[in-house]
Amino acid sequence: MKLLKIGMCLLSIFFTPSVVFAQSNTKLKIGFMLPYSGTFAALGNAIENGFTLYIKENGGKLAGREIVYIKVDDESDPSKATDNVNKLIKRDNVDVIIGTVHSGVAMAMAKVAKDTGTTLIIPNAGADAITGPMCAKNIFRSSFTNGQPGYAMGEVAAKKNHKTAITLTWKYAAGEESVKGFKDSFEKGGGKVIKDLTLPFPNVEFQALLTEIAAAKPDIVYSFFAGAGAVKLVKDYAAAGLNKTIPLYGPGFLTDGLLEALGDSAKGMLTTLHYADGLNTKRDKEFRLSYAKTFLLQPDVYAVQGYDAAQMLAIGLKASQGDVSRKDDFAKAIRSATIDSPRGPFTISKAHNPIQDFYLREVIGKENKSIGIASKSLADAARGCNM
Amino acid sequence: MDFFTLLIQVLNAVQYGLLLFLVAAGLTLIFGMMGIINLAHGSFYMIGAYLSFGLAPIVAQTIGGGFLVTLVVGLIFAIFLGYLLEWLFYSYLYERDHLQQVLMTYGLILVFEEIRSLLLGDDVHSVAIPAWLSASVQLGDIMTYPIYRLFISGICLLLAAAMLIVLTKTRLGMMIRAGSVNREMTQSLGVNIQFLYRLVFASGVAIAAFAGMIAAPVTSVYPGMGQSILIICFVVVVIGGIGSIRGALIASLLIGFVDTFSKVLLPNVAGVLVYVLMATILLWKPSGLFKAGS
Amino acid sequence: MKKSQLFFLLILASVLVFLPQISSEYVLDWLTKTMIFAIFALSLELLVGQTGLVCFGQSAFFGIGAYTAVLFSAKVDHTYLGYLLPLAIFAAALYALIVGALSLRTKGVYFIMVTLAFAQMAYYVIHDTPLGGGTDGIYLYHKPIIFRDLVLEGSIFIYFFTTICLFLVLGFLGLLSSSRFGRALIGIKINELRMRAMGFETYWYKLVAFVISGAIAGIAGFLFAMKDGFVNPEILSWHLSGAVLMMIILGGLGHLRGAVIGAFTYALLEELFRSEIIFGSFSKNWHLGLGLTLILSVALLPKGLFGIRDQLQKSLPLYLANFKKLPKTKL
Repeated sequence: MKLLKIGMCLLSIFFTPSVVFAQSNTKLKIGFMLPYSGTFAALGNAIENGFTLYIKENGGKLAGREIVYIKVDDESDPSKATDNVNKLIKRDNVDVIIGTVHSGVAMAMAKVAKDTGTTLIIPNAGADAITGPMCAKNIFRSSFTNGQPGYAMGEVAAKKNHKTAITLTWKYAAGEESVKGFKDSFEKGGGKVIKDLTLPFPNVEFQALLTEIAAAKPDIVYSFFAGAGAVKLVKDYAAAGLNKTIPLYGPGFLTDGLLEALGDSAKGMLTTLHYADGLNTKRDKEFRLSYAKTFLLQPDVYAVQGYDAAQMLAIGLKASQGDVSRKDDFAKAIRSATIDSPRGPFTISKAHNPIQDFYLREVIGKENKSIGIASKSLADAARGCNM
Repeated sequence: MDFFTLLIQVLNAVQYGLLLFLVAAGLTLIFGMMGIINLAHGSFYMIGAYLSFGLAPIVAQTIGGGFLVTLVVGLIFAIFLGYLLEWLFYSYLYERDHLQQVLMTYGLILVFEEIRSLLLGDDVHSVAIPAWLSASVQLGDIMTYPIYRLFISGICLLLAAAMLIVLTKTRLGMMIRAGSVNREMTQSLGVNIQFLYRLVFASGVAIAAFAGMIAAPVTSVYPGMGQSILIICFVVVVIGGIGSIRGALIASLLIGFVDTFSKVLLPNVAGVLVYVLMATILLWKPSGLFKAGS
Repeated sequence: MKKSQLFFLLILASVLVFLPQISSEYVLDWLTKTMIFAIFALSLELLVGQTGLVCFGQSAFFGIGAYTAVLFSAKVDHTYLGYLLPLAIFAAALYALIVGALSLRTKGVYFIMVTLAFAQMAYYVIHDTPLGGGTDGIYLYHKPIIFRDLVLEGSIFIYFFTTICLFLVLGFLGLLSSSRFGRALIGIKINELRMRAMGFETYWYKLVAFVISGAIAGIAGFLFAMKDGFVNPEILSWHLSGAVLMMIILGGLGHLRGAVIGAFTYALLEELFRSEIIFGSFSKNWHLGLGLTLILSVALLPKGLFGIRDQLQKSLPLYLANFKKLPKTKL
């Protein structure tokens, strides 16, 4: 019996929430589920920075409510995702969840959010399914769908009259969808993808695959990687001498926020993304100054996505007067709004994904400079979403 | 596949296989000689890699050396660590059954991973190739092959040769081989088996750590690296035969080739193929290709 | 059934039935997850504890059960439980048959490695090929129907369904171990040569045990897929195989109750070490505590929590003797 008593005491300790404070209805609990370690750590931090910057710029409150943050490191691991998000929703009782970077983790989060109805704003993960069959009234995205940047790049490549391409990426949803986006527009424009190369996430042993590319001699290579993986690829590609004869194209994730680490190996690289350096708009300049002053770092696309997630949350909360349970008002407000983003104004599609311009950028010096628009007002296919 | 591509893939396969051999050799000796299933062996590889990442700045500041000096310092550290571990932990495992060894060394993996996480963090790091090895050789009209990878293969071959010489031509080697075939007999012949064990274990740890150190610039330093190489090394040891260095060499090269070429020719089944190979060989020769002590 | 076994079952039943009344949904989910692992641990207990076969690839059967359940669930409509559950069990048992038939030809360390290899094979098939949906995992869009309108969804319903499964498995394994077949298995664990000398065809006994164990692991996998509605390749990883081995060691080998106790202990330990209240910022390094516990428990409590009473009886007098400075006697 004593054992039972001890057991019950222990049980009660373990199941109390991680942040114990006076229960108060006026404070808004925001749960960050982001990668704070591993290959995407820098991205997770940038997103959080962008988000908190917006809150700070607006007096630290949203719709008059003070904010409490609860953070969880998702380690970019889909197998732990369900447990982690369950903790945030069911144990810590957060009102809103912001996350994440890795598409697989986001898929697990979207499933739970859809089942429980908790508001979820995704500041990066581009899994098609989330604004596809898994779409829901309470799930929003401030970033992109994996296929979008790829589609924009494919158009650019086809216009430049390239005929053959080989794709190279990690074998996971984000990689496959990015490549598919590229293939769709590239083959529509008269090109042909002759081979698809993949390696398991987060493996970075490219040697054998680079050899194969050299042997096959395509016109271009389209590749999607992000974070530390992207750094290794671009560097290895240059070290193998391939960048002199076979240009490396890819979505902006290959270079965004990574130019410091990449050095000369990325010189002159062309990428497509919904953000670029040197956009020279008033909104962007204000944002960049504010970000640089607060965090002593230059912002990148991830910071912008975090910032815009906060903007979307603010718009929704204003319409529902701070009440997260008024989901219809929340959703309607965001759907009809034009988000004033540093990347340029954008709107949200019916499936809750941004409809935005994609810039063509070139690496000049230490910047991903925009040299034009690759694709205007590109929406995502949103196949399978019935909202 | 044209000649140069084939050559490059062969070089890749050999380099990977030899690196595997360094880690597997220690594992098979520890296995064969002391009868210990050491699941934590992959962690030594990981420790080596993180050492080369963590020691490089310290060595540069205090002694003022570069890559080679870091290697030597890391090696000394690893030998010391191996000696300490054997004395404090592994010597208690000799008498225990396989299940207990599996569990205790599995617990050790967890402990190592977390200590590493506490001391050096969980981020992925790249280690720079030393400037004097960062050139590339022109092979064919588009591809160049990094000299550093040739360096890795070269060093591994040297170490393999050194190991083979020590084991077959020296008195110490003879004692080690005898100990892996029949422990009690060797002991009753007056050999200080305790010291021998400690030496073999420390060497196994040092070689695995060394493999990690030289591989780091090529593979990057990341948290899961110990686990991935551990499983493959067990496959190597089981295919080659427990306690056989020759078996470990042949098996690692075999796996190096199967892995590299299958990634290129049959990427969808590449991961599975190595295990299919192992299952096939074991069903043909249930104790591996070679006997212990060879 | 022994008195202590009956007592255990009654306590377990009453606790499990009582807890939902006072628990939040989070605790309910946690309990369901732990019961699923208890079933998983029981499947391994049959192999390791009763037959003496150290299998390091149990996660393969668990994962195959889970993936079969998700892959064969219709995407647009509900499937029948009566079709889905037996299918999952069958798939897991089939793989267990193949793995067992081939691995039982090896012995000792090689057996451990071959079972691990087969589990890795299953892992890579799911991980790399389009069959399993890749590293990100796949969704279970609609939970199965039991009959007419009754769908297997909702925390409480799944909780009770899992509890029933747990007791059914316990009952089945209990009957099995007291049967002639079960006693033969124990005999094989103690001395296989002797069993063969007595005329038992040990290979077939071991193979049947292997298949039954795989089938039960498949049930656990099925329940896991039902609970989260999401599966990913990591449930086939060897880390899970290691974790479930840990559970049965913690609880105590050779006893079915040990498997259940072990699963709950492991889950509680995990919550303990991850608790930010006690460990603050070190809670993310909870594997450290787990690893140390494993090492210490194997070193100090080789019979698991179950053998704690025996251990105390043996070492307590010695400890007390030291304390009172009586002459030490070497045991």
